[in-house]
Amino acid sequence: MREFFHRKLERNAIGFVLAIILVSGIGGFVEIAPLFTIHETVEEAPDMRVYTPLELAGRNIYIREGCYACHSQMIRTLRDEVERYGPYSLAVESKYDHPMLWGSKRTGPDIARLGGKYSDAWHVAHLINPRDVVPQSVMPKYGWLMRNELKTSDLGKHLAAQRAVGVPYTDAMIANASADAYGQASPDSPYAGGLGERYGEATNVRAFDGEPGRLTEMDAVVAYLQILGRLTDAAHRQTAAAGK
Amino acid sequence: MIAALTVAERQNAIALSMLVALCGLVMMIAGNDDLLGVHGVIVLLFGLGCFGMVLSKYFEPEPPAERLTQYYDDPTKVGIVLSLVWAVVGMFFGVWVAALLAWPDLTFDAGWASFGRIRPVHTSGVIFGFGGNALIATSYHVLQRTSRARLPDQLTPWFVLIGYNLFCVIAASGYLLGVTQSKEYAEPEWYADFWLCVVWVTYFLLYLRTLQRRKEPHIYVANWYYMAFILVVAVLHIVNNLAVPVSFGSAKSYSLFSGVQDAMTQWWYGHNAVAFFLTSGFLGMMYYYLPKRAGRPIFSYRLSIISFWGITFMYMWAGSHHLHYTALPQWVQTLGMTFSVVLLVPSWASAGNALATLNGAWDKVRDDATLRFMMVAAVFYGLSTFEGSFMAIRAVNSLSHYTDWTVGHVHAGALGWVAMITFGSLYALVPWMWKVERMYSPKLIEVHFWLALSGTIIYVFAMWNSGIIQGLMWRTYNDSGTLAFSFIDSLVAMRPYYIARTAGGAFFLLGAIVAFYNVWMTIRMAKLRGVAEAGGVDEPVLQSSGAALQAGE
Repeated sequence: MREFFHRKLERNAIGFVLAIILVSGIGGFVEIAPLFTIHETVEEAPDMRVYTPLELAGRNIYIREGCYACHSQMIRTLRDEVERYGPYSLAVESKYDHPMLWGSKRTGPDIARLGGKYSDAWHVAHLINPRDVVPQSVMPKYGWLMRNELKTSDLGKHLAAQRAVGVPYTDAMIANASADAYGQASPDSPYAGGLGERYGEATNVRAFDGEPGRLTEMDAVVAYLQILGRLTDAAHRQTAAAGK
Repeated sequence: MIAALTVAERQNAIALSMLVALCGLVMMIAGNDDLLGVHGVIVLLFGLGCFGMVLSKYFEPEPPAERLTQYYDDPTKVGIVLSLVWAVVGMFFGVWVAALLAWPDLTFDAGWASFGRIRPVHTSGVIFGFGGNALIATSYHVLQRTSRARLPDQLTPWFVLIGYNLFCVIAASGYLLGVTQSKEYAEPEWYADFWLCVVWVTYFLLYLRTLQRRKEPHIYVANWYYMAFILVVAVLHIVNNLAVPVSFGSAKSYSLFSGVQDAMTQWWYGHNAVAFFLTSGFLGMMYYYLPKRAGRPIFSYRLSIISFWGITFMYMWAGSHHLHYTALPQWVQTLGMTFSVVLLVPSWASAGNALATLNGAWDKVRDDATLRFMMVAAVFYGLSTFEGSFMAIRAVNSLSHYTDWTVGHVHAGALGWVAMITFGSLYALVPWMWKVERMYSPKLIEVHFWLALSGTIIYVFAMWNSGIIQGLMWRTYNDSGTLAFSFIDSLVAMRPYYIARTAGGAFFLLGAIVAFYNVWMTIRMAKLRGVAEAGGVDEPVLQSSGAALQAGE
């Protein structure tokens, strides 16, 4: 019977095409569609903040250089991972990550909770030549980050595009994007003031690359690395609650 | 080759080339302060290059009408050569990135030459450049032979092949420039994705139009697989690449999805790129060239049906096994794991079907390196699908994930299965296409076979070792209950394996270079003998001598 049915199907190209679409469509639909509708998929975290323009620019450089090929940003729910890297990653922590950078390979360590672990100066030295601070490292050198000025002119458009895909950037954030990027790496400049009110007082405002007058790609990357795992406390709160 | 196009087709080709060049110009102007502008220049030059090539032959006489009674193989020939060029380029970059993990300073102090940018040139170069071109080239050949029909026109197959290579060029040059959306195996940015979409839909329509012209009532198994490859890749590509560009003058875009939904979509795409690009398409190749070369019919028609629909249905569920123990909800992980394990059944049905087809032809496997390539490919297909199902089990995955074991698994599939079935098929196809009785040097095929096999084995064993050592070191506790090794300890332990894998990759690259040389010399041999012109033509055998020719045939 089945044979007969299939013999007929094989003689009809359009029918075969439709059958392939139908049969292949089921799996993806069942697994993906509910992720948008089931409420518990992403936890609540009222304190979750968005990336500042400088951090977003740094994140884009992280993507550009392919860092995700060797560093994951997803701590699994396994004892050794939690002890090595910190509380396991929650879905909400990458809620504003378009695209996510969970990664699939750890040639280097996971960096989901890298923020605040090392000083800015360590990061700058490490990015210029990793082997200066970790002699056995095989990470590439990224000297050009220090040489390249950061392009900030179109950051407002970047934030607007982010808003279009669902990240809650306000009009004020979009309007001040370029100035905020400069201000975040120049603490003594008049531009630094608005950051706290727009992104929260806990925002890092520092000369990340050690050169206050100049806004480099290094500033952006270090600003991004220093915020990893620090956009919300949700993961730490969950661990603390479990401890009690 | 261009002279074989009709004058009307030449005119259309010129119009298309100019349109591409115009798109390049628009991109160049719109993206004048952005990397998009650089890509505009590349597209412009590409369009002008095609324009010049067609123009140089524009005033040749119309091709003879007899061509319509023959198969149209020119795009296949060019596709074969392009595929081998990409193989050498992609594998060269592969050996380079492998070497960088052992000797990190083996590069230039410039962005384009750093590990993170050249790695996707390797992955895209071999998957899309080498694999994709081989799939397009062989699909044209298989489609016409199994349908006993000529392609419906002569321009569409060129548009698909050349357009696809433009996509590959934009992709590879983009990575070096720093244009990537970071989605694994879907790195190219929005405009490249859009272009691929146009090319792919044209490819699908070409396939369907040819099938509708077939003089064979049944659609042969190989075509089921090629069709699933074309269709499902289109769906995956479109959904996974949904994004909002920063502006129409910017190369950068932001993915429509974020976080956990993005992760699931990404791996639904990623795993099914493996399923429908690297498995389904190449199974299509296997189902035609292996029985042809062995001179034996496919062992079991029923097994073909079971494995085809099994693969088409079940693979789509398996992507979530890339996200075990992550923030992805557990129910999705469990579904992914379950289907991944069951997937072994249709996978082994295919591998078994291929090997059983060789029953009665094992003497040929011994003597003929071309057939041996295909046999070893089927074996590696069986091994790596078993390994894949095994690694999808959550407990195993907790050890293997994030380690080199995954890399080893992928290469067992990519080198052992995909590349070997491709080389086997191309060695079978090249003499047919250029109308010579055999390849330039059967000895060199033998040399290539052993280079490829030893390279694969060295590579895979190195990665198994390093992956399992890594996974174990990360989770080892000492007597006082704390982690025994720092991360850098595990990295230092990898060094010998990284050197070994570089050597394995270099063997494989050397094999690809040998293949390129052998194919090149075969083409030269054919040209020198002038066989291509004087020899017999390959034409469809019409069912009854009185069958009327269809329009354009």
